[in-house]
Amino acid sequence: MLQSWRKLYAKSENTQAYSLLSPALILVAVAMLVPMMLMLSFSFFTQVSMMEIDFSFTFQRYIDFFQKNLLVTLLIKSVKISFLVTLITLITAYPVCYYIAFYVKKNKMLWLVLLTLPFWTSYLLRVFSWKIILGTKGVINSSLINAGLLSEPLTFLMYSETAVVITLTHAWAAFALLPLYVSLEKIDFSLIEAGRDLGLSRFEVFWKITFPLSLPGVIGAILIIFIPTVGDYVTPALLGGTDGRMLSNMIQAYFGKANNIPLGAASATIMLTTVAIITIIVSNVTKRLTQRLS
Amino acid sequence: MNEKNNSLLIYTLIYFAFLYVPVLFLPLFSFNDADYMSFPLAGFTTEHYEEMWSKRNLHKALWASIKVGVVASVVSTVIALFAAKAFARYKFRGQKVSYGAIMMPFLIPEIILAVALLIIWINLGFKLGLVPVTIGHILFCTPFAMLILIARIEGFDFSLEEASRDLGESAWGTFYRVSFPLYLPGIVAALLLSFIISFDEFILAFFLTGSDATLPMYMWGQMRFVQKLPHVLALGAVILVFTTFIVLLAFWLRNLGQGKAKKDIGINL
Repeated sequence: MLQSWRKLYAKSENTQAYSLLSPALILVAVAMLVPMMLMLSFSFFTQVSMMEIDFSFTFQRYIDFFQKNLLVTLLIKSVKISFLVTLITLITAYPVCYYIAFYVKKNKMLWLVLLTLPFWTSYLLRVFSWKIILGTKGVINSSLINAGLLSEPLTFLMYSETAVVITLTHAWAAFALLPLYVSLEKIDFSLIEAGRDLGLSRFEVFWKITFPLSLPGVIGAILIIFIPTVGDYVTPALLGGTDGRMLSNMIQAYFGKANNIPLGAASATIMLTTVAIITIIVSNVTKRLTQRLS
Repeated sequence: MNEKNNSLLIYTLIYFAFLYVPVLFLPLFSFNDADYMSFPLAGFTTEHYEEMWSKRNLHKALWASIKVGVVASVVSTVIALFAAKAFARYKFRGQKVSYGAIMMPFLIPEIILAVALLIIWINLGFKLGLVPVTIGHILFCTPFAMLILIARIEGFDFSLEEASRDLGESAWGTFYRVSFPLYLPGIVAALLLSFIISFDEFILAFFLTGSDATLPMYMWGQMRFVQKLPHVLALGAVILVFTTFIVLLAFWLRNLGQGKAKKDIGINL
């Protein structure tokens, strides 16, 4: 009797939860999954002319992708840039979160709001502001020339991979700061004190206690920065020049000027697959790492 | 811990400078009386701001962005409210998978969402414009709104709802009289932040607007011309001030009436 009541209750919990979730799930299905399936099927078609697409099934677009050196290079470059951005963002943001979590006593909330505030302002404008700074007649060059330290502007600052990496590091900072802070804040400080009392050096305390305990935040930050930046379009388009071009810029071209929708769809699919594979590797490696450390 | 760590403090302040200084160059140069954004500053002018009054396309783009932003934020907040309630209130089978599915649009590269929506929209025979942009924005804003609302609803005492039901109030009446007033600060915060995300969103708009430019699209168009740059700076500075104000308002609202322990950043990534 009691069991059947329980079953019924559990059933109604499930039904109630899913009726509340249904609008969100339908939205994801209709506006994301179905369009993505269609994108996948288009990657097996052929663009015949401007307006005409041959709908017979072929793997040719994927062969095209890997035969075009440019596309493969851009894919590798996108992954490389994202990797660098993720790494630099993590290393630079970690001490800041560490400071706020362990040393700031009053108004922690205010510090955090101030750290995340720039993130809410327009992405386009934040990227654009780096154009002002790094440009040939920009802030850095004009200041250095004025100060008499330079006679010619530094050209490597603008339209380069370096410019893209710097700008993305700035643009995605909040995505490292939040998860890192949340995981550091959760650490029980008595564990760190215990470590010190046991005679561990500061360095040992950090590597053996603090860092392993903050790993969930590190992993969160890695995924949440790496995945979207692989597909970034705005930054390489505004600041990348030819050196800092990424795969997204080519995908955009295939849907615009170059007009090859199937190849664009194949490139997008390959990008998504690459990201998925790397995500799986990262989460598996870190899972094992966490297990070993704890 | 009562010790101080000055080297870390200095580092943190430098990091703050790294976050803020680049953005502050926009308002600085928007008052500069020159076409190039370089030092030394040429002179003070408000001419770039005055220019905004006469730009027809700018007004049109602003109006487009407001329309898209209002519809996208209202729809995504409503959808997110239901979903947040489900996650905060119930334990159910497939919880993790459903959560992951709803968060997906927030995680995967935006260009892929844009391309996929573009393909389906064209092949359904529809015209590009503000409608597909709004759909894309609803998809993109829902996870954000949901995170904000879950943080709000999680601390909620559900026995209040049960009491209301026991006292004979209908399900709708309970929601309207008990839950809604308590969720309200979170709902307004979710509305404001979704509006800002939509208002600033570029990639989906870039692929899906066709000829009806939104404000970020308008700025993108102007950025190509050196002579128009100061004008973009002035517009950008206004947008910066506007978004900062709205975001601070949303942060303040979100923490309203919540215990001190709950006052964390609200986005549990």
